[in-house]
Order: sequence, then structure tokens, then C-alpha cells
Amino acid sequence: MTPDWHDRLHSIEATEAGLASAGYIASRPIATAAYLAHHLQKPILVEGPAGVGKTELAKALSRWLGIGLIRMQCYEGLDESKALYEWKYGKQLLYTQILKDRLGAALGEEPGLDAALARLHGFGDLFFSEQFLEPRPLLRALREPGGAVLLIDEVDKADQEFEAFLLELLSDYQVSIPEIGTIRADVPPLVLLTSNSQRDLGDALKRRCLHLHIGLPDARLEARILAARLPGIEDELRRQLVAFVQQLRTLDLRKLPSVSETIDWARTLLLLHVRELDAAVVRDTLNVLLKFEADIETAEPRLADLLAASRRESVPIR
Amino acid sequence: MQPLLDFLRAARSAGLRISPAESIDAARAVEQVGFTDRTTLRDTLSLVLAKTAEEKRLFAECFDLFFSRPAFTPDQAEDATPASADSPLARMLLAGDQSGLAAAAEGAASEIEVANITIFTQVNLYTRRILERMGLAALDREIAAAPPATADRLREGRDRLREQVRELVQQNLALYARGQAEEYRNRTLTRTRLAAIDRRDHDRMRKLVRAMARRLAAQYGRRRKRQRRGLLDARRTIRRNMGWDGLPFLPVWKQEVIDKPKLVVLCDVSGSVAAMAQFLLLFLYSLNEALSGLHAFAFSGTLVPVSDLLERQPIERAIPAVLDRAGFGSSNYGQALADFAEGQMQLLDSRTTVIILGDGRGNRTDPRADLLAAMANRAKQIVWLNPEPRPLWGTGDSDMPRYAPHCRVAAVCNTLDALDRIIAGLLRDGA
Repeated sequence: MTPDWHDRLHSIEATEAGLASAGYIASRPIATAAYLAHHLQKPILVEGPAGVGKTELAKALSRWLGIGLIRMQCYEGLDESKALYEWKYGKQLLYTQILKDRLGAALGEEPGLDAALARLHGFGDLFFSEQFLEPRPLLRALREPGGAVLLIDEVDKADQEFEAFLLELLSDYQVSIPEIGTIRADVPPLVLLTSNSQRDLGDALKRRCLHLHIGLPDARLEARILAARLPGIEDELRRQLVAFVQQLRTLDLRKLPSVSETIDWARTLLLLHVRELDAAVVRDTLNVLLKFEADIETAEPRLADLLAASRRESVPIR
Repeated sequence: MQPLLDFLRAARSAGLRISPAESIDAARAVEQVGFTDRTTLRDTLSLVLAKTAEEKRLFAECFDLFFSRPAFTPDQAEDATPASADSPLARMLLAGDQSGLAAAAEGAASEIEVANITIFTQVNLYTRRILERMGLAALDREIAAAPPATADRLREGRDRLREQVRELVQQNLALYARGQAEEYRNRTLTRTRLAAIDRRDHDRMRKLVRAMARRLAAQYGRRRKRQRRGLLDARRTIRRNMGWDGLPFLPVWKQEVIDKPKLVVLCDVSGSVAAMAQFLLLFLYSLNEALSGLHAFAFSGTLVPVSDLLERQPIERAIPAVLDRAGFGSSNYGQALADFAEGQMQLLDSRTTVIILGDGRGNRTDPRADLLAAMANRAKQIVWLNPEPRPLWGTGDSDMPRYAPHCRVAAVCNTLDALDRIIAGLLRDGA
């Protein structure tokens, strides 16, 4: 079945423009990945440093295509019953009780045990049917009639067993539930998996995915992202800000500031009504950009140099 | 599709691991986006084929190489007197038709399957075959028969063409043969005696060691349990079978948890063993996920703790610092063991494995095997890695026969392969 948002992804350019309209400035490879993910029906495995917009990509896709975002956060110990489905045990118990009370009436005056049993079988497999199934994120994503964006966040945090369990879902968009059978998606969801490379993912998982690596953006892209996220920011400040962050990334830091930090910083500066960067302002707000004490200590003595260097740099802000 | 297949082959040879399933994906993806826009093609194939940062880099390199054909530069301002010529090759040479020549060379190259080239000594052979296929014989005859002026121009053109074709062949060599050559080198290196490895190859060795360690770490990086079939876990069996009134329909067996190893490493870094020591340390420090604790000491005379050095900086810089601190004296095992017994015994408990790397040659000093016995009593086990072949143990000043009885494993370890085997064994059994 073709979903009604199929036409929107008719070319890479359309994908790029569409994501931009949802407030996500995508580089060309990102747009290509989204386009191919739909047309080849393959999940995207997104890797990259924290804060470059991996999760945001999924949100933007769901906003743009007007379909639901189903998000599953992975953690150690995540298992089927939390990710896929669970039986509603309470309801099953309740039904057992009712059944006990009504058993006599239901079976009527059947003469022998065999006949009674045959009659009982006629009620169908009562307790393991869809009514008693509690769908969890993965199953929900498969059963969404108009399709959905399924975000499996930080898959590297889950156990290896869980990874193996995802394989069936990722390659065929179906899951097998022993008591019921195989449930297959009418409209395959767009699946995004994100990873911060805490551990190496298995080859089997990687083979089933398109692999997208989002790195730290270059100055032009970062300036465009800022403009899209903070429409109120003035061009001059934006230019200085981006140039400074780009300079800061040349230092040997434990955690380089990424896009989300740049956006936070820009927001901070806007709140403080800063119109131009100088060493004092930067020093006061550096903790927004750098999250480790050691990094701040490394950067602080070099702020003046960095600022000077960033003034020389020209950033294309259009 | 042929260009795509060629590219996949080149990419494999560049070291990307591309499965058949991924090849199919690549074909489907390319069908979707087309060959026309090179940036799109590049993004697309990179998404489908390259699955790690390292592979992305290799991919980009290979893609650029594949699509950069050697330029058949046009002639500079020849006085283009169109001399008549018979063979098409000669006509193209005289007319300076470079794109025609390039097309002919490519055509000939694919006809003789230049992509099968494997080693650099074949460059001349393939160059000659391509030229022959393009009509070199006819051209030579024509040169012999032509008037002197034309003959000179043809000869010049032929020589230039030969250079261009050779370049084409060399590019193919770079594309298709690199993988095999690399693999061959890597295989040899893992079997070469570590002490004999040239300094030039150390970078490559480090990469190999890291790769081996990564493989082991991925395999043994989590807590594992092993079923011990036949030993009933009574408590859990009763619990499991409560539903059947305690009748044991489903027996539950006892499990043993395999702990990650806790290691204490003593490395002899005197001249004779230093080369080996650096690879052992590199190996162990690349394994950190699969280990629950690691303390390293180095000695030649006295024992020096080096964990701090190795943890704080990249191994390439840390190793020389370690050697600086402890290395290059003449080894004294008794002294080192005494130092350990005096200050570090508290590190040993029933879950610690002690790895000692050394040739056991104490230059006729007191071996203090009694101290090793004390350590063996306290620790879980002692593993002795000796770079010398076994027949030499016990000759001259070697104290190996006195140390060996206290070690659970005393093994010869002088190549990367041997090192890999021994460490894998330790991890498997949860040393």
C-alpha cells in the first residue's frame, strides 16, 4: 500500500526542501538518506557525536510528513515485553474468573467430557488473542495505518540480544508473536536508529541499514541552521558566533561543542541582549558551550586569540 | 551495471567489507538515483556500502580514485598538417584525437580484463597487451613505411601513448590489487617474530593489534554465563515449577558466571624483550572493555608501575615513556619479584591473573622462585609468556625451569598470532 505522503519524497531536492520547511536544515547526504530510506524501504542508522541533530532528524521527518513519531529509548536491560508487546495479564485473570462463573451456563447440559471440551474449543483461543495484546512502541509503529516515523534512540545502549531481536523487524517490517503469528506492516514505517558509538554495533544490524554519519557542520551549514532555529537573531551576531564556534572546534577538547550547544549559546546571548561578541561575554557564557571543567580551562586562556581569529574568518551567512 | 560491479570490486580491494546483500542494495539504490549526478551517486553509495567512520574514509578515497581517469592531454600546438595514415590508431595519433585514444585504451583495457591485475610486476605485461590490442603492430609497420617527418610524429605519439596506457594500468593496479597486497602483508606480519619486525612496520602492526583486540573485546565484552548441564539448581527449579505443584517438569540447571579477567602484568623491558613488551601492552590496553581491571608494571632492574603512563596518553607516546622509566637495563627477575612482593601483593586476589612477559634470563642473579610461588598461591593463576623457543629454556642463564612449575600456563609467545591465541584463551575461560 502506498502511503499518502509517498509523493512528497519524489526527489532528493524535494526531501531537502521539505525537511527545511519543518525547520531542519539538512545537508545533502542527510536528504539523500531520507529519500533512499523510503524508496528502498530500509532503516537508517544515524551515527555521530552527541548534539548534531540525530534525534531531531526523526522529529523533523514526522512533522513534515504529518505522521506520528513513535520513539523508543534504548537502555541496558530493554527486552521484548517493553519494546514489542506484552499480554494484559490483569485482564486475562479477570476473564478467567468470569469464565469460571459462566462455565456451567456456557457448556450447558453436554453429556460427556469429550463433548464439553469440544464445545469449549469452539470459543477460540480466548486468552492469547489480539484483545489481550498490549502493543509497545515497535508493534505500534507496525500497526499504524498511515505509516509512522519510528525512532529507536541510542541503540548502542541496549544489549546485544536486543539488537538481534530487532533484525526481523528491520529487514521485513514484521514481527512474530508465537501465540498469534506474524504481524506485518501495511505501510512500512520510516525507521531511524541512532547511536553514539558507545559500542560497536553488530555487522548483521549494520548490513540491514543505510549508514548515515552526521558530523559537525561546516560554517555555512551551521549559520543556516541557526537562522532556521532562531529567526530573531541578527546577521552580524550570527556570523561572529558561528566563526567563533568553528574556531573553538580546532582546539584539542574532550567534548567539542556541537550544533545543539551552538543553538543554546545563541539563545543565551539573545537573552542577554548581546549584540557583539567580546572576550568578557564569551568567558561568562563559556559553560554553555563547553561541558567539561578541563575543556573550559583549556579554552579560557586562548579566548582572545580565538576571537581575533574568528574575526578574520569570513562566514557565508546566506 | 558493469561500472557498478567494477566499483564494488575496487571498493572490496580497498578494504571495505561488502556483502552480496549490500551489493544488491547498492544496485537498487543506484537504479533509484541514477548515474548522472556524481555527488548524489557518491552520497548514495556511501550510505549503502560504508558502515563505519573508517570505512567512509576508505570509501571516499576509493570513489575518487575510481572516477579519476588519467587525462589524455591534447597535443600542444602541433603544426597540424594532416598526413594521410592507414590504421585508425595512426590516424588518431596524427589528428591528436585524445578522447578517441582514451576511449580506445579503455576499451582495450576492459577487453583484456586489466582488472585482474594482482602485482606491480605485471604492469609492463598489461601495458603491452593493451597497446597490441589497440593496433601497435600495424602502427609500427606504418612508422617503418612512412616518410621521415610523419614517422617522427608517429613515433613521438606512440611513446606518449605508451606512457598514458601505463598510467591507466597503474591506476587499475591501485584500484584492484591493493587489497590483496595489503592482506598478504598483514598475514605475514602476524606470523613474523615480533622482535624481528622492522620499525617501519610498527604503525601497521599497531593497527593489526587494535583490530585483533577489538574483535576479542566485542566477543567477550559482556558478562557471560555458561550452563552447566547436569547440575540441578534446586531452588530455581522449585520456583519455576510451582505451577505444577512443584513437580519438576522443567528442570533448571546451575549456571556459572564467567567474570571478566582482572589482570596484573609484569613486563620485562630489558633490551632482549622490549619489542615484544610494547605489543603486549598495546594489546591489553586495547582490550579494556573485556577486562575488569588492569595493572601494568615494567622492569629491567627494579619494578616500576606504568599504568598511569599508559592510561593517560595514546600508546604510541606512552611506550617510549615506559621504556624511559624502566627499560634497557640488564634484567634482574629476583629484584623485580621482590619489589612486587614488597609493595603490590595487595593487588592479588583469587580472581586475578598475573601475566609475566619475559625470557626468564636474570643474568645469574638470584631468581627468587619462592616469591613467584607466593604470588601463585595468592592469585588465581600465573601465565608466563616467553618469547624464546622452548628448547632454549634452561640453557645458559635462563631460569625458566625454576619458574615454570608455578605457572598454570608457560607458553612461547613470539608472534602476534600466538599472542592473540593466548589472550583469547584467557578471555574465554574467564581468567
